[in-house]
Amino acid sequence: MKYRSRLLALAAMAALGLASPMLAQAQNKVNLGVAIPAATHSFAAGLVYWANEAKKELEKDPNIKVTIKTASGAPEQANQLQDLVTATKIDSLVILPFESAALTRPVQQVKAKGVYVTVVDRGLTDTSAQDAYVSGDNTAFGKVPAEYLAKALNGKGNIVALRGIPTTIDNERMDAFNAVMKNHPGIKVLDAKHGNWNRDDAFKVMQDYLTRFKEIDAVWAADDDMAFGVLRAIEQAKRKDIKIVFGGAGAKAMVKTLMDGSNPLIQANVSYSPKFLYDAIKMTALARKKGEKLPASTIVPSVLITKANAKDFYFPDSPF
Amino acid sequence: MPQERTDAPPAPGRAWRLPTLGPLLGLVLLCIAGTLLNREFATVDNAMNVLTRTAFIGIIAVGMCFVIISGGIDLSVGSMAALIAGVVILLMNRIAPLGWPPVAVVMVGMAAAVLLGALFGLAHGLLITRGRIEPFIVTLGTLGIFRAYLTYFADGGALALDNALADAYGPVYYGSLLGVPIPVWIFALVALAGAVLLNRTAFGRYVQAIGSNEQVARYAAVDVDRIKVLTYTLLGVCVGIATLLYVPRLGSASPTTGLLWELEAIAAVIVGGTALRGGAGSIGGTVIGAILLSVISNILNLTSIISVYLNAAVQGFVIIAVAFMQRRRP
Repeated sequence: MKYRSRLLALAAMAALGLASPMLAQAQNKVNLGVAIPAATHSFAAGLVYWANEAKKELEKDPNIKVTIKTASGAPEQANQLQDLVTATKIDSLVILPFESAALTRPVQQVKAKGVYVTVVDRGLTDTSAQDAYVSGDNTAFGKVPAEYLAKALNGKGNIVALRGIPTTIDNERMDAFNAVMKNHPGIKVLDAKHGNWNRDDAFKVMQDYLTRFKEIDAVWAADDDMAFGVLRAIEQAKRKDIKIVFGGAGAKAMVKTLMDGSNPLIQANVSYSPKFLYDAIKMTALARKKGEKLPASTIVPSVLITKANAKDFYFPDSPF
Repeated sequence: MPQERTDAPPAPGRAWRLPTLGPLLGLVLLCIAGTLLNREFATVDNAMNVLTRTAFIGIIAVGMCFVIISGGIDLSVGSMAALIAGVVILLMNRIAPLGWPPVAVVMVGMAAAVLLGALFGLAHGLLITRGRIEPFIVTLGTLGIFRAYLTYFADGGALALDNALADAYGPVYYGSLLGVPIPVWIFALVALAGAVLLNRTAFGRYVQAIGSNEQVARYAAVDVDRIKVLTYTLLGVCVGIATLLYVPRLGSASPTTGLLWELEAIAAVIVGGTALRGGAGSIGGTVIGAILLSVISNILNLTSIISVYLNAAVQGFVIIAVAFMQRRRP
């Protein structure tokens, strides 16, 4: 009996002794999972591109492994989370949730298994399910163009606006835009209709704005894809009253137009680059490697892009 | 005398004129409402905008009308249009550096659009008849396949036509003849050809016969499989024509191109008085149905009396109301 228990104790100690250097090594290794929406539109394609760029750079370090999963819907993303935990055995997760509400519980379960969770862009409905939050600045996305247009029009004129797909992001942007415009009573926002972040829909909405309003000074297209459709509609109607079309997000074709000064209607843009995913992945992986934590909330600022600084926002290899 | 009257057959033509009356009435009411809400609605410019926009869905709906009358369905037309647009843009960008004049390149692109549409339609027809797979399943499958390939070619982003080509191609959408935009002319020609094909040829009669009773059509020595393959090919050609008009509008194709066009085209056909179960239908009704659908969103854009969140609901109410007006009495 005594011998046996002693032997057991010895064996246990030996096992611990052997295991401890392995444990120390495991702490240095990072097995990171990335869950993002699939590339079904150009912004999402940009996300996929930047995720892969981050993976390429991080995996130069043999201690870091990055697994990227793209989903075309919330249920698929929830399944991928389970796979990442059980099959890939990740210890850190960077997720851009397809829908905030639908993915809150699946992410909670992942975190309950001891995985470090960084949520990007769309916050979860229960923030205790995330360790860190990295997002673009949707308030500035509406505020920056509003301030720019108010100044460019000298506080007087007519603006029509386009909105994206009805979502919280879209509301935040619109509210921020309207909040600035409240301080400029000389500027009238004639209407704001949904163009669904889609070129074709924006073209139709703009055509009808042009039919309806005979004096328009500026258009807040609120997205570069929508700005593209808006420009075509203005071109077709041969209207000369419109002085500025303000897009948003800094798609590469629009930043190029800005750099070259090839369209007088395009004078400025506001950044909202899918590159924030790249930043989030790198920050998470490097912090985990050192065993550090990220700040609870990081906001990647949206800033005004003009001809002067456009080259800093031009990424010719990205699909966005 | 009164007894004779009740036994008399309905006047010729009444059978197809009646179902068109409901949507026509709906369209007239909508136009009156639109004019009351905003006087700009009744201008020629606005009417041309609406008709030009309708051209894509309208041309596809004419082809869809044949498929539905024959008892089939095609869910893939939106994805098919997107893929054709993408492939045609890639093709034109590829052959432009060979030194051909831009107009020639554009002609090649336009021919390729129609040819691709015909090939896709032919593939659908063969899978449905020779492969004996339900049209719903075949076209649900290709709906995913076509769009996925476009997304792959575009790398998730947008495929854009080179500037020189876009300038040469532009007039096909933006140009006009006698004050009427080119797409509207083509829409009218396609609708006219469709009406003649459906009502004045043997092919049209066979399509209706197959839709009302396939077995009887077979016994009557109609080559059912061949006619069905032809209807899907015809629809493919219509999608090709719609796409060759679509490409010059924005000069680009992206994974959101043609999203939900299939439902709009099917809705136009059904609102126009064609039965979803097949057998009978009219091209005139389909054209009115397609115009009606785009007039609704036009009116909503020209006013701001209703919350933008309810746009889709308004469209839904109108579709149901019009379908109610043209319902068949037993």
